[in-house]
Amino acid sequence: MAARIAITTRIKSSSSFLLGSRSMSSWWGNVNPAPKDPILGVTEAFLADPSPDKVNVGVGAYRDDNGKPVVLDCVREAERRVAGNLNMEYLPMGGSNKMVDETLKLAYGEDSDLIKDKRIAAIQALSGTGACRIFADFQKRFSPDSQIYIPAPTWSNHHNIWRDADVPQRTFHYYHPETKGLDFASLMDDVKNAPNGSFFLLHACAHNPTGVDPTVEQWKEISYQFKVKGHFAFFDMAYQGFASGDPERDAKSIRIFLEDGHLIGCSQSYAKNMGLYGQRVGCLSLVCEDEKQAVAVKSQLQQLARPMYSNPPVHGALIVSIILGDPDLKKLWLKEVKGMADRIIGMRTSLRENIEKLGSPLSWEHITNQIGMFCYSGMTPEQVDRLTKEFHIYMTRNGRISMAGVTSGNVEYLAKAIHEVTKAA
Amino acid sequence: MASTALPSVCPSAVLSFQDKCKDKTKCAFFGKGKQTLSIKTKSNGQITMAVAVNTSRFDNITMAPPDPILGVSEAFKADTSEMKLNLGVGAYRTEELQPYVLKVVKKAENLMLERGENKEYLPIEGLAAFNKATAELLFGADNPVLHQQRVATIQGLSGTGSLRVAAALIERYFPGAKVLISSPTWGNHKNIFNDARVPWSEYRYYDPKTVGLDFDGMIADIKAAPEGSFVLLHGCAHNPTGIDPTLEQWEKIADVIQEKNHFPFFDVAYQGFASGSLDEDASSVRLFAARGMELLVAQSYSKNLGLYAERVGAINVLCSSADAAVRVKSQLKRIARPMYSNPPVHGARIVANVVGNPDFFNEWKDEMEMMAGRIKSVRQKLYNNLSAKDKSGKDWSFVLKQIGMFSFTGLNKAQSDNMTDKWHIYMTKDGRISLAGLSAAKCEYLADAIIDSYHNVS
Repeated sequence: MAARIAITTRIKSSSSFLLGSRSMSSWWGNVNPAPKDPILGVTEAFLADPSPDKVNVGVGAYRDDNGKPVVLDCVREAERRVAGNLNMEYLPMGGSNKMVDETLKLAYGEDSDLIKDKRIAAIQALSGTGACRIFADFQKRFSPDSQIYIPAPTWSNHHNIWRDADVPQRTFHYYHPETKGLDFASLMDDVKNAPNGSFFLLHACAHNPTGVDPTVEQWKEISYQFKVKGHFAFFDMAYQGFASGDPERDAKSIRIFLEDGHLIGCSQSYAKNMGLYGQRVGCLSLVCEDEKQAVAVKSQLQQLARPMYSNPPVHGALIVSIILGDPDLKKLWLKEVKGMADRIIGMRTSLRENIEKLGSPLSWEHITNQIGMFCYSGMTPEQVDRLTKEFHIYMTRNGRISMAGVTSGNVEYLAKAIHEVTKAA
Repeated sequence: MASTALPSVCPSAVLSFQDKCKDKTKCAFFGKGKQTLSIKTKSNGQITMAVAVNTSRFDNITMAPPDPILGVSEAFKADTSEMKLNLGVGAYRTEELQPYVLKVVKKAENLMLERGENKEYLPIEGLAAFNKATAELLFGADNPVLHQQRVATIQGLSGTGSLRVAAALIERYFPGAKVLISSPTWGNHKNIFNDARVPWSEYRYYDPKTVGLDFDGMIADIKAAPEGSFVLLHGCAHNPTGIDPTLEQWEKIADVIQEKNHFPFFDVAYQGFASGSLDEDASSVRLFAARGMELLVAQSYSKNLGLYAERVGAINVLCSSADAAVRVKSQLKRIARPMYSNPPVHGARIVANVVGNPDFFNEWKDEMEMMAGRIKSVRQKLYNNLSAKDKSGKDWSFVLKQIGMFSFTGLNKAQSDNMTDKWHIYMTKDGRISLAGLSAAKCEYLADAIIDSYHNVS
């Protein structure tokens, strides 16, 4: 307060504006510079690098074999149909119903009884981030004493989301550094030891950042144990279609839980699988007991959205609705998604072969075992720093490589660099 | 593939689970706690035991009330009367009562389509070209504060999203500080500050006796607030009343804010829509900036560029130094990242293209003058009808004095209900009508309804 009073006297005495260098007091003296976002900060650094050899395998955004961003043909066609024609009136708070309906079919199945019986409360959300955030706020509001169990490791923004929603978080074992695979035994222990009725965040497919997914059998066991313990499963599905190339297959974990009767929650994103990154299109859904409850829950989700952004952006939702609502466009989309997934699978094979060709003493089979956009290389932050400083290769310091940034043009260079920094390990 | 392993169910585990659920405190989420133990046999030979599947955690979740503003449109849609008129949400309509996509927006969209730009993530702070354009529109391209780089701007999710990010900044760095909001104000302001956990209180604003500004009450309440409060001001075209301070009154408001070391926080959702001129409508903000004050300013392009559903806006923090602006911007980003990661690109590109192209920009200014002009003319027509048809001698001139999309009719809740129930005219219960939804053809009907509700309902 004393500082504030001092500020008052200084402001009182000056009625004209002061140039920046003068010591005019500010309200923001105690605002420190925030640390750079560990993921999005990588791209910033990459863009600032003048080296012609630079490679960006940081953020999870798909690139074609020339390293260029891709706008899918189905999306271009949908945009042609949209441009300048429709009005831009506010969507309802819950977003585009058409887009939500189509999106639920992808997660829950075309013939899902839950959809037929209208038991799913769902709203259009600001991509995956927005869906997780609304869910976290919903969890805080309606289950205020609960906490969230988050896999270790996970997408870094998950921690920010539940923290800003004021929900305490704990981690559960997931990644096994020795095998660079799933630490299934410890995962199951954590599930069993958590108090009954705990909330768990699960990655439906193509785990970010590790690329390590449970097998179908393992998912079944997890689902079973969740039932015994009465746990709540919240699925973050940001890569449906991107893991195997087949969206139906990639939703298998969710379908297993649904078959077992779990009342799950789900976040879906079109950022990657439809390449709509900057449009911010996604969906949050919660399975309820019956239609009446779904209506009530949806109204509460809208109640959380209204003071955050009122209603969601329309453009991306229109694109999704047009594509999924037109059988030919939908077929084209499925083909293009498979194309993207196949290119990544090809690059996995290529990267592994190239490193092995150089005679690396280490095992690199995890590159092809892991699935989806990312490879958890096992490199240390120090090794990653070397990759950046010496080779101008940009990735997050947890050693996560975005395979989408690997091309036939840079895979050899990347392999060489990785070999260089790891061969002494 | 048939599974030969039978998952082992420990009956005691099941029972103890059921017992635990009888304990309400442990299972607040479980509601009635009905459990069914069923055995499902699948055709592939695998047997699954379903344990406690049908209990939902959402049993105690009640239906949220309909939004007082957005709920109006929903009710309007459901009304089958031919006479119905939607004066609820503030969305511009043509004389034919159709939504309006600005010609310049269509041109910008077609240009964007031709260019075939990609859809990559924007940075957390949004589209750089948009941020530059929006700050210039607000402060004036030649404003020294911009040359000195003292403004931290990030693209936000229209007005709502920008306000919410600012509210989160206040909560984080000024815990316990209050926001003073006008009585009345846009209904969602309170929700935003509540959800951001920022305490608020009201300052007097609307005077029902004069249907004008309670200036003395406003000044007194701002003075009485604890030092260092945030004062939420509508930059122009106050929502819901349409009553704006004069320039002279703005100076006095700035005086008392400086005197009490309060922080001015502008919500600018109608720049260009009030007077028809972008610069004129920004004069309150520029007045405060010229006095060397630090400011928070939220902007929206929903109305003035008709981009409603694209959710385009910005939050600007005018700081006393470039260094502070850099730090503040980094913290705004830190708030946005766990909310939505980065803002939607489409609307921002439209704005950047319109503002960045001199021909488009001039076209926009013309279209905005046209929209503001249509509203001014229906105001006049409504006033003419009210004065001509109401024989009571009531002074309806406040309709002309108010500015922007809305008019505060002075009707109370019962009277507003009468407007809807008897006349099928949809408005918000605080007596606000959106003139943007009024056509010249309907002015007489509206006047009749207002006169009836005012005089015959209490």
